[in-house]
Amino acid sequence: MVTRGFHGRRSAEADPSRVPPGQYVTRDFPVLSAGPTPRRLAADWTFTIRGAVDEPVVWSFYELRALPATSITTDIHCVTKWSKLDTHWRGVSLDTLLADIDTSADYALAFSDGGYTTNLPLADLTGGQAMIAYEYEGEPLTAEHGGPARLLVPHLYFWKSAKWVRGIELRDDDHPGFWENYGYHNYGDPWKEQRYAGD
Amino acid sequence: MTDRLDGNAIAGTLQAVFGTEMTTATGVCGHCGDRNRLGALAVYLAGPGTVARCPGCDTVLLVLVEVRGVTCVDALGFADLNPAA
Repeated sequence: MVTRGFHGRRSAEADPSRVPPGQYVTRDFPVLSAGPTPRRLAADWTFTIRGAVDEPVVWSFYELRALPATSITTDIHCVTKWSKLDTHWRGVSLDTLLADIDTSADYALAFSDGGYTTNLPLADLTGGQAMIAYEYEGEPLTAEHGGPARLLVPHLYFWKSAKWVRGIELRDDDHPGFWENYGYHNYGDPWKEQRYAGD
Repeated sequence: MTDRLDGNAIAGTLQAVFGTEMTTATGVCGHCGDRNRLGALAVYLAGPGTVARCPGCDTVLLVLVEVRGVTCVDALGFADLNPAA
């Protein structure tokens, strides 16, 4: 299936206050990937928090599903310029996963099946700003969109919301992830149009 | 569903970057040692940049990112890269 050339609505049809500069609104959900889609079964999936912690903490998919869940409706913004409004997600807040973890780290490096990584300040994963999402629009998250579970950090460009996430490495230093290493912005705030390093 | 293409999809970009026709150039994967023409690489265009992977082991061989009109190239995944004779 070809995923480029999707049909979009112009920003003028959406509430402009919800569309960051340089973005247009689409009803579709384009599939963007830097590699083949991993097909990991939920039974084989784990989520690990490691790095600047006393001991790594690991959850199975079923242990994650047993934790208190959060549902959110949010807008998402891709650096390739599409935005999608009112998307519905369900998962576990990073606040829940980090609650019992003592760390000196200021930064996090999310890592995924397939070798993808992305970095962000740890502060951007807390305060109700991020979750490990396993449902999209009321259905289990498909592999094309990052299932069995993905990171969701909707206040940053969507490359920060790592598909097929397998864990987070807590770090004292800020280590650039895959796209950040190739010139994309280290932070990626869509409202400041932080697409590339130096923006 | 797949968005995998082959290296012929980026023939024009490669020619612009390297200054010569590159789909018949031969590259050696730095991970598995597979030797492939660039036209045979597995290419993913639908992301912030273009990623070309070894068709044998999926290692990232080449990344092309256009930043403010300038195409940045990382070919560090190759152990060797030779233009066509």
